[in-house]
Amino acid sequence: MSNECKVDDGRRRLIFATAAVGGVGAIGALVPFLSSMLPSERAKAAGAPVEVDVSKLEPGQMMTVEWRGKPVWIINRTEEMLASLGKLTDLLVDPKCDVPQQPEYCHNETRSIKPNYMVVVGICTHLGCSPGQKFKSGTVEGMPPEWLGGFLCPCHGSTFDFAGRVFKNKPAPINLPVPPHTYLADTRILIGEDKKGA
Amino acid sequence: MANTNYEKYKSDGSVQGNVLEWFDARFPATSMWRAHLSEYYAPKNFNFLYFFGSLAILVLVIQVVTGIFLVMHYKPDASLNASGIPVAFASVEYIMRDVPWGWLIRYMHSTGASAFFIVVYMHMYRGLIYGSYRQPRELIWIFGSLIFLCLMAEAFMGYLLPWGQMSYWGAQVIVNLFSAIPLVGEPLSIWVRGDFVIGDATLNRFFSFHVIAVPLVLIGLVAAHILALHEVGSNNPDGIEIKKKKDANGIPLDGIPFHPYYTVKDIAVVVGFLIVFSIIVFFAPEGGGYFLEYNNFIPADPLKTPPHIAPVWYFTPYYSMLRAMVWPLLGLDAKFWGVVLMGAGVLVIAFLPWLDKSPVKSIRYRGPIYKGFLAAFLVSFFMLGYLGAQPPSPASEVLSQIGTLVYFAFFLAMPWYTKIDKYKPEPERVTFK
Repeated sequence: MSNECKVDDGRRRLIFATAAVGGVGAIGALVPFLSSMLPSERAKAAGAPVEVDVSKLEPGQMMTVEWRGKPVWIINRTEEMLASLGKLTDLLVDPKCDVPQQPEYCHNETRSIKPNYMVVVGICTHLGCSPGQKFKSGTVEGMPPEWLGGFLCPCHGSTFDFAGRVFKNKPAPINLPVPPHTYLADTRILIGEDKKGA
Repeated sequence: MANTNYEKYKSDGSVQGNVLEWFDARFPATSMWRAHLSEYYAPKNFNFLYFFGSLAILVLVIQVVTGIFLVMHYKPDASLNASGIPVAFASVEYIMRDVPWGWLIRYMHSTGASAFFIVVYMHMYRGLIYGSYRQPRELIWIFGSLIFLCLMAEAFMGYLLPWGQMSYWGAQVIVNLFSAIPLVGEPLSIWVRGDFVIGDATLNRFFSFHVIAVPLVLIGLVAAHILALHEVGSNNPDGIEIKKKKDANGIPLDGIPFHPYYTVKDIAVVVGFLIVFSIIVFFAPEGGGYFLEYNNFIPADPLKTPPHIAPVWYFTPYYSMLRAMVWPLLGLDAKFWGVVLMGAGVLVIAFLPWLDKSPVKSIRYRGPIYKGFLAAFLVSFFMLGYLGAQPPSPASEVLSQIGTLVYFAFFLAMPWYTKIDKYKPEPERVTFK
């Protein structure tokens, strides 16, 4: 074998060009495989609005319905629960709800259309657990002192008030989202659609 | 032409010899046997901590074999059956109740997962204290770190399959970790789930990853880990190179052939391990709620998170780090930094070869500062593990913040404290009684 063997630059360029074209082809071939993991057409089509009758929901009670595979809470808030909302301003991340986690018609003191009925997606904005009820106020085990009632996420300890607003220095970054909803009658709520869409 | 197998391994004329010669002319049977077993010289001063590598292979085999048989009966289907129970959950109960010996195979697999982590954590600790990650074994350590990552992915995806409450909400939390990444996070987590919530699509792809994709990668990495080890040779409790002192034939003076010396010793250890393993499988397969969590005997309910959710014990130290981060930084929320901290906690291990600046490898010749940091690290690791299994509380939040700080200090302050520490001189030859 001779050491003076010269590299044929033309051939070398041809090798690079072939490898480059092959590489582009390989990347292109990834597209169908990776895309197959996106939500299917069937998954995208799911998620019709849900109609809920809240006439049997007593003050202080809460019910959960499924909308788009997620729990939606409807809380019939008592006067005491509503009164607690105003006392928490300094303790909350976003007391005035400036981050649009609610439709414009719920951007108010109570985050609701009717003051007593709170409609909110019960999925913690941290990592998606469903917070549990900690409705009793006062000294409650595992809760901060002078707790006024609300929700505690069992996974990472984020706490929320009766309007789904998150407390400061907790892992959850932002308030629970209020889904679009509208009243079909006095005690019948349609979740997933509002007047604009209807 | 140098020695081909055909020329090196000649038959002695016997039938076995002729058969072996036939194979050796076509496949490197004898040369592989020699390179990896009968002429692989391991240090003679191995102690009990050196069993865990072999045991890890044993557990891998147990998991693969039991897994193959479980797949014959398991159905990755989140839809509800006629009784309103998810099909996947019902198929696991079917394995437990109706499949002959199904309960045993399933408990072997679920106990095997915990056994795998016990064995691997011990194996990693061995490498840590004897400096097995140091030059020239950095690549072995990196392959090992990747194996650890694969193992975590494998265990996590396997845990979704029984489709119990813990399966569902554990997956919900971990997949949502991706959504913490700025900009691409939300679409990424939807892509991982294949749906807007954890559902049938997620269950099926996790099944696919758990039974084929990750095991293939895992086995490939294990092969690379062992090949790299056999290239440079094993470390030992003294942390000195046995290859520096060789006899006239080029064999390390302190080395003994892996086979038969360590293979026979490993068989004794395997017997001991299987006794303990069997006791757990037969008498305490749930491991007191740590190996199989009680909440996972309730079918998945997307509307209700159990009041106390915690990952399986082997993830709890890292889960605590995630929970410890409650402050936003640099305009990014605490959730993102929690995820970063948790990921960094796992990845920082891979950087050990470049963090350790000490002149000696083994803990036997290290000074008090290192030992202090190591002790603090161990305490923090166990504390984080304990706290991660407990419900969140203000006290545990502070403790897990301290634990996380100590965990990272052990690694990140290492370049500094290993430089100022006092060391004892290393011996010329391994210590062996």
